[in-house]
Amino acid sequence: MADAIVELVNVNKLYGQNRVVRDMNLSVKEGEFLTLLGSSGCGKTTTLRMIAGFEVPTSGTIYVEGEAVDEKEPFERNVNTVFQSYALFPHKTVYDNIAYGLRMKKVPKKEIYDRVEQMMDLVQLGGFEGRYPAQLSGGQKQRVAIARALINKPRVLLLDEPLGALDLKLRKQMQLELKRLQKKLNITFIYVTHDQEEALTMSDRIAVMHDGIIDQIGTAGDIYEHPATKFVATFIGETNAFDGTVKASEGNLINVGIEVGDICGMGTDFAAGELITVSVRPEKVKYALLPVPGFSLVGIVRDYIYVGSVVKCIADLANEQEVKQEIKLERLAGQELPKIGEKVFLYWNPEDAVLIHNRDELFLQAIENVRLA
Amino acid sequence: MRRKTKKMSQKVLSIVFCVCIYAFLFLPIVVIVINSFNATTSKPYLSWKGFSFMWYVKLLKNSVLLDSFANTMIIAACSTVVSTIIGTLGAVGMYKYTFRGKGIIDALLYIPVVIPEIVLGISMLTLFANIHIPRGMLTLILAHVTFCIPFVIFNIRARLAEYDLSIEEASMDLGANRSRTFFEITLPVLAPGIAGGALLAFTLSIDDVIISYFVNGQTKTYPLKVMESIKSGVSPDVNALSALILVGTILAVFVTQSNLFRNKGKKIPEVKKHEKK
Amino acid sequence: MQMMEKRSAVHEWKSNGLPALVTVVPVGLWMVLFIAVPLIYVVVLSFCSIDQHYNVVFSFTLENYRRLLNINYVRIYGQSILIAFLSTALCLLAGYPFSWLIARTKSRWKNLLYMLVIIPFWTNSLIRIYGWRTFLGVNGPFNNALTALGLVSAPLDLLFHRSTTVLGMAYCLFPFMVLPLYTAIEKLDISLLEASNDLGAHAYQTFFEIVLPLTASGIFSGCIMVFIPTLGYFYVADILGGGNADVIGNLIERQFQSGNNWPLGAALSIILILITLLLVKLYQRAGGDMKNLGV
Repeated sequence: MADAIVELVNVNKLYGQNRVVRDMNLSVKEGEFLTLLGSSGCGKTTTLRMIAGFEVPTSGTIYVEGEAVDEKEPFERNVNTVFQSYALFPHKTVYDNIAYGLRMKKVPKKEIYDRVEQMMDLVQLGGFEGRYPAQLSGGQKQRVAIARALINKPRVLLLDEPLGALDLKLRKQMQLELKRLQKKLNITFIYVTHDQEEALTMSDRIAVMHDGIIDQIGTAGDIYEHPATKFVATFIGETNAFDGTVKASEGNLINVGIEVGDICGMGTDFAAGELITVSVRPEKVKYALLPVPGFSLVGIVRDYIYVGSVVKCIADLANEQEVKQEIKLERLAGQELPKIGEKVFLYWNPEDAVLIHNRDELFLQAIENVRLA
Repeated sequence: MRRKTKKMSQKVLSIVFCVCIYAFLFLPIVVIVINSFNATTSKPYLSWKGFSFMWYVKLLKNSVLLDSFANTMIIAACSTVVSTIIGTLGAVGMYKYTFRGKGIIDALLYIPVVIPEIVLGISMLTLFANIHIPRGMLTLILAHVTFCIPFVIFNIRARLAEYDLSIEEASMDLGANRSRTFFEITLPVLAPGIAGGALLAFTLSIDDVIISYFVNGQTKTYPLKVMESIKSGVSPDVNALSALILVGTILAVFVTQSNLFRNKGKKIPEVKKHEKK
Repeated sequence: MQMMEKRSAVHEWKSNGLPALVTVVPVGLWMVLFIAVPLIYVVVLSFCSIDQHYNVVFSFTLENYRRLLNINYVRIYGQSILIAFLSTALCLLAGYPFSWLIARTKSRWKNLLYMLVIIPFWTNSLIRIYGWRTFLGVNGPFNNALTALGLVSAPLDLLFHRSTTVLGMAYCLFPFMVLPLYTAIEKLDISLLEASNDLGAHAYQTFFEIVLPLTASGIFSGCIMVFIPTLGYFYVADILGGGNADVIGNLIERQFQSGNNWPLGAALSIILILITLLLVKLYQRAGGDMKNLGV
């Protein structure tokens, strides 16, 4: 790919018997803000460290700017890292920390001075030159770590959960600042986090990782509106996930039978008898007091949670599965909400549901089919 | 009211107790120092004959004693340097890498710390006798390095527990190769631990009696010279030298202590700011 | 598969390779050469004997160990252990409250107080033991003061007893008891004591139920660090005990100096090592952590 500044081809990483990264293929576009998103242990940090050079892939190749970098040590790569613990040198001043990379490249002193001052202004740390890391707050340390990495003008900046240790308000602030910096300097950012809100806010593209593989890669909108796997659907935002079997399909309208009834969705490429997951976001769920054709979901209202302009309704189905519904208060327009304990019929616009092939069960069913044949 | 007096009397008792312990600890030192000013000239130099500096003057002429002190200093300096280098490399290496035999080396390091020194002394004596190394300065230095290394390593290990390995990764990420990283980052950050270990090594070497006793051959170190004098009656010039060493040690302790305080600190060097354009 | 392993071995960050060798070989080699090899030789030597010219004869014999079972030797073993035990007890009884007070003080001189315990440790122990001998002697300052104050009619005979040796050992090794105790006591969370108080415990109950168990590691370390060296401190036994309070160290010293019977001395050393190992095993059994030993 001509556009790809970092490329992973069939990369595997094993620790003993444990496959932490499996057959990963990833193309990072130049100038993009790509986030590797997943919960701990999914392999996102390991992937980042392999790009930086701190881990060596067990098999597969990593290309940076078109060159295979496997034989290169971290100090030979044109890639810089912002560490989770900041990793500031405790015995060096802020100035010396930031200047370190330039010193290693033997940049002349005068130029170092100019560039450090410039970078410190950019991250709003002017005046802190003589301070030591121990004298800085978390947010300030964060900015030193970023400045120290960026000053080397890397083609790619790797960030390993850099905002994890900051409090909420500071984190939100830094998210915007990082985004601003990235746009301004036009550097490719590869960002690792487990915080989906962070990923959705900052990224051009998100790679959702799960158990060593990328489940889905796309823009925030893609991932939210059209999750490709059950994991992505449930990991990103809140959703109601119903596992069931395809009963019938008329054109694009798919009827699905789940444990407690029937529901509908829109999709192509679904055969009858197939195992399927239907994902519906709470804001798309509707309720009625009379049965709705195509749906036979009956729920008992259990609780209401008022969150400002929106009320969350939790209803229980016959099999004790929760259905979460988000109702905008303005839409009610004077209508009364069903009381707690009352029976309601739940439904949605079929096109608002996302239909996902249930892969694991699909595999099991395939085996079953082979056995029966 | 009763509670208050109880607390008060507890406090007084505690202070008295601590003072007694400190008195006990420093008593023989006081005795030694006082006797160094004893204007006595007859053995066994114990009865007080008045205040005098004469023994300090005699000390300057006592070449045997001064030589033994010089020996001790040379041995201590050499042992400290060698054991600190070997110990620092070893501590860092054992922290970062895993390899077969690590457990064995670890166990060997505990031996000089736990086993009575006399066993180390005689075992090294038999080693030197067997490979026909004449006992003297060399064997003393070799022996001292041996018992210093574990203490240096344990001291540094305590520091390593709080050491963030990712700063080394950061250094390599920014373009420094491994040896550059070691000298620019690892060593300076571990410096307090290394210094502490070196100081400990130096102290242990200066004070060593038992191990030196067996491997010294004819060479006299200062503690061994003292041991010799004790058998014949310690003349106060030995006291004088001891008093001087004591004062020197205390000063050294305070100097290094204040150094530690300065580094922790609020030192903010002024950096000339370029004029804003 | 071959390719993958080779690549990992050469470039992996935490691999074994040149960096590991450079750092670890010096210390490994040194320890093997100067600790392991000599000790192995001492074991071998203990099974040898000497000829009439005091040269070592390398033929296997258990004669040395047989000799060491002699009642005279056994008496000294018992005496050593007794002296070690008493010294340790003395250090513990004086050291625990002392460490407690220093570790818990809120005074701004806390660091200074701690250093004051360490400073004597940094001066020659030999000369300090001699200081005790001077002090406690028949013509020494202590007796002079007592007679001058009229508290005694004749100078007290304080030197060259077993108890004098115990005092000397305890004195020398006091810092080794205080250091681990201090560390353990400092780590104690004071809110635990407050909780115990809050739940109705008296001071002594809090001590035995909470404080003691939680500082046990410090106590064990301190005891081991005092007990074991005592067995080998022959010069303290010589200077203050004058031959009446010999420990195993004295026996060994004699064989290597005047006795010239190195194999016998080696056998005695092995016995000392075995006692040490036994105590260390007991220490580990009681939950002691090897990391707490040493300074």
